[in-house]
Amino acid sequence: MDWLIQRLSAVVMALYTVLVLAIVLWNGGIDYSGWMDLFAHGGFKLASFLFMVALLYHAWIGVRDILMDYIKPAGIRLLLETVTVIALFAYLGWTLQILWGSA
Amino acid sequence: MKQRPVYLDLPRIRLPLPGIVSILHRASGAWLVVFGIPLLLYAVSRSLASAEAYAAMKASFSHPVAKLFLIALLWAYLHHFCAGIRYLLLDIHRGIELAPARRSSAVVLVVSLALTLILGARLW
Repeated sequence: MDWLIQRLSAVVMALYTVLVLAIVLWNGGIDYSGWMDLFAHGGFKLASFLFMVALLYHAWIGVRDILMDYIKPAGIRLLLETVTVIALFAYLGWTLQILWGSA
Repeated sequence: MKQRPVYLDLPRIRLPLPGIVSILHRASGAWLVVFGIPLLLYAVSRSLASAEAYAAMKASFSHPVAKLFLIALLWAYLHHFCAGIRYLLLDIHRGIELAPARRSSAVVLVVSLALTLILGARLW
């Protein structure tokens, strides 16, 4: 399952990267007002949210694999995994604040 | 029991090109998680806060050290992106023979560095 999610999330991120590049290049660069308009668009908010969910899940699988390979003591590995999960969930909350928060 | 040669003398082990791409995929991924994600979120949140915050962030990214750091992150993203596409192709059995696999790993290194130079030069 993780094997598949790692690849699907990669494809989601690659598509989003191409989308953002295309928008910026299409407009010949982007200024503050264009940037604000872009992030005011509901479809772009949703695409950005999907990108971040894909990124954070992809990051979790990658970090977990790295920790499994290099950190042998189970206690330290569990601690680092816990810190990683908390940080990634915090990043998800931050993403929601940026995209749909009032501040 | 047969004596087998054991090579744990790291400088004597020559990592083949696909191995270099592989370890860089890992290193760039770790770099992106630790620095890339928080910086991305911070930059986007500040840039959307107000026109002043947008301008202030632009100004802080114009410092040469900040630019070098951003270009390093850009390379990490591009390498991870290109190497990732190569892995996806390998997954669907494209280019799994030794010679094409070596060639594609060279392509990944060259293309990601070239794109970093092009985009980095524009950023500078």
